[in-house]
Amino acid sequence: MTFAALIALLVGMCLLLFRALIGPTMYDRVLAVNSFGTKTVLVLGLLGFVMGRPDFLDIAILYTLINFVSTIAILKFFRYRSFQVPLVRKTDAAPRGGDRNG
Amino acid sequence: MADVFQLAGSAWETLRFPLGGATCLFGGILCLIGTIGVIRFPDFYTRLHAASITDTSGAFLVLAGMALMAPNWLVLVKLFCMLGFLMLTSVTGSHALANAAHTAGLQPKIGPIDQRGNDDHEEGGH
Repeated sequence: MTFAALIALLVGMCLLLFRALIGPTMYDRVLAVNSFGTKTVLVLGLLGFVMGRPDFLDIAILYTLINFVSTIAILKFFRYRSFQVPLVRKTDAAPRGGDRNG
Repeated sequence: MADVFQLAGSAWETLRFPLGGATCLFGGILCLIGTIGVIRFPDFYTRLHAASITDTSGAFLVLAGMALMAPNWLVLVKLFCMLGFLMLTSVTGSHALANAAHTAGLQPKIGPIDQRGNDDHEEGGH
């Protein structure tokens, strides 16, 4: 049954790759890649349990954190076109993009 | 009395593997359903809804199933760490993604959002 769950997750990952390829906007692609990363974490854990070696969970923990950081970095880059801008709230004249900076 | 505890322990040892497998399978099916929602929904915000439901409940069920099948305590601790990280980061990532799309002016299909005017109206939908 664990193997069936692994197959279901792999099919879901293939469908998410399809959405990441045809996504109309950039945000659809980022969403698909983010969800793909979450499913990769689950597949890594399940693969360890199917093969009888749960040591893969260390790699899965690492991949969780990398996935989050990469999503935030992609969003920041497409917002400011640079990685150098500090993500703090300006008190006076807000940077471009409106007053919804967080 | 100790007999009852021993019997319950052995029953749990035989029962936890099918139970964990079924929980994993249910979580995998939930992930698959959410992915079909990501493919078929018409709009970015609705796709975000489907994907975030997948990331929370599907990931929770798969990790709970793996925790039921865990061979020792170290694996259990690692699984709880993964659950905590996923519960923190996937929700934060979804919020950052929706906030970035809304700030960039991406409009949902049901109608345009008034970006400048009544701010409390659009905040109420979260």
